[in-house]
Amino acid sequence: MASLSRSLRRVPLSVWLAGLLALAIIAAAALSPLIAPFNPTDLTSFNLMDAELPPRFSAEGDPRFLLGTDNQGRDLLSAMLYGARVSILIGGGAVAIAAVVGVMLGLLAGYFGGWVDAVIMRIGDIILSFPTILLALLVAGVARMLFPAASSAEWAPIILVGAIAIHEWVQYARTVRAATMVESARDYVRAVKVIGLPSRQIMLRHILPNVMGPVLVIATINLAAAVLTEATLSFLGVGMPPTYPSLGTLIRIGNEFVFSGVWWIALFPALLLVLLVLGVNIVGDWLRDLFNPKLRGRG
Amino acid sequence: MLRFLIARLGQAALVMLAVAAVSFLMFRFVGDPVAGMVREDASVQEKAELRQALGLDQPVLVQFGRFLGRTIRGDFGVSYRNQRPVAALIAERLPATLELVLMATLLSLALGIPLGVLCALKPDGVAARLVQAVSLIGISTPTFVTGIVLILTFAVTLGLLPSFGRGQTVQLGPWSTGFLTVSGLKALVLPSITLALYQLTLIMRLVRSELIDVLSSDYIRFARARGLSLRRIHFTLALRNALMPVITVTGLQIGSLIAFAIVTETVFQWPGMGLLFIQAVSFSDVPVMAAYLLFVGLLFVLINTVVDLLYAVVDPRLRVKAS
Repeated sequence: MASLSRSLRRVPLSVWLAGLLALAIIAAAALSPLIAPFNPTDLTSFNLMDAELPPRFSAEGDPRFLLGTDNQGRDLLSAMLYGARVSILIGGGAVAIAAVVGVMLGLLAGYFGGWVDAVIMRIGDIILSFPTILLALLVAGVARMLFPAASSAEWAPIILVGAIAIHEWVQYARTVRAATMVESARDYVRAVKVIGLPSRQIMLRHILPNVMGPVLVIATINLAAAVLTEATLSFLGVGMPPTYPSLGTLIRIGNEFVFSGVWWIALFPALLLVLLVLGVNIVGDWLRDLFNPKLRGRG
Repeated sequence: MLRFLIARLGQAALVMLAVAAVSFLMFRFVGDPVAGMVREDASVQEKAELRQALGLDQPVLVQFGRFLGRTIRGDFGVSYRNQRPVAALIAERLPATLELVLMATLLSLALGIPLGVLCALKPDGVAARLVQAVSLIGISTPTFVTGIVLILTFAVTLGLLPSFGRGQTVQLGPWSTGFLTVSGLKALVLPSITLALYQLTLIMRLVRSELIDVLSSDYIRFARARGLSLRRIHFTLALRNALMPVITVTGLQIGSLIAFAIVTETVFQWPGMGLLFIQAVSFSDVPVMAAYLLFVGLLFVLINTVVDLLYAVVDPRLRVKAS
């Protein structure tokens, strides 16, 4: 632990900057209703006459719209801030669900072993043998066919969270299972077993706190991946609807105008997305190295 | 070994059965297959007859058995949208996707291996640090953003390369190839770069870490002590061993690339299987979706099983662990 706190004090500048960048974007997105110049979900606040105006700094820019407007005359900056909020909420939601489900199943598999372990881990193996995007597309696509309301602004986020989490839980389960197996063999677990505490209590109160470290690292790295998957699904047209866009939806809308030289509708949301994911990734990479004892010694 | 072989093949069969079951459930319970096939003014009587002719009045398990039989014969039904057999649609689109994946794989190897070697031999050099930084940006940039930026730069602004479609293709029997015409090759440039970038970072990082491992091993130190030239040590002795896992991973990744091509094909309107699938998703074209799922599922199961079996042949320790 001593070396851990020492490396915590020596956080590289790039990680500081990346962390601050990611936090700034997350904060701006969270506060979007307060700081955005317009409300992009309010149909009365924008005018089709303002459609496709270029950013303010270009020759034909309009002073009202810093980053220009989209095809419906929405202020792009406001749409991006609201969009980032949608993206982060869905990404965060997927990470939370995947972490809870994965940790629970990992605890069960590691603690009980035997057929419980075999069933959970084989299902995980099968899921991991397919790429995230394929599984997510399938879940989102089938959900839309089964009930048409799935593409509405209310239901789409829930479908997206499920579609992403169905692949991501396996990673948590694998990590927690391995850690639980190690912990279960330790004396303190044997002791509480002898006392006769119920299994549920042993797992949640005694083992869980000792296996949480790696879970937080995976969660950070997965947040970046989940935001990217959501953006990809929305870009492909099975994500958030244009009336309530995420960053991916905005890029999808912008993509239709790229050929006519209207570059800003696609590029500004894309830039924000890349900055957000890059910031989270840099912090996640650093955390992973910090928790990896093989690398820690090398300094 | 036999026991391992049987267990592994059994697992593969089980996965395929599960994939087939998902496909079947989509057919059976997503929308009404009859409604998609009859005229709009068909009577109840006609619909009932069609239902009977299609066997939809049979028990679900019997229907699943028939579905499996049809699937094994390669009969995936008729696309709701195009009114053509799905098997023919997929066969038509397959060459486009495979040519794209092939180009992307070659490109990522041709760039990834030298860059990985560079990063491993001079880990603190300016070039290596630059490559590392760019690769971090690379994994943080979604494929479709790369594609849009490439289109904006090379197609819209510079007007150098086409941004959609395959260009002119030449028909070689059932295979349509874009490799033989100038417009076909030009059309391949941007999509294959976009798809390759996804793979490039992975190969680069792998080459780097493998080569660093190999370079610190005893036989390399011995070669140094013998006074062999650095060039010979690095490229003849070390790189050859570092490349073994790279070859495995490249093989394993081909399935992922085919799945990931969905995004690239959408950005560039590339007429491959991925575009077919995503159009099927937005039009609720169940037969096409189910067939794509079965095809890709089979591909993944085949690749994973073959790799596992090859590993077991090469490394006997895995056999003991499995049984």
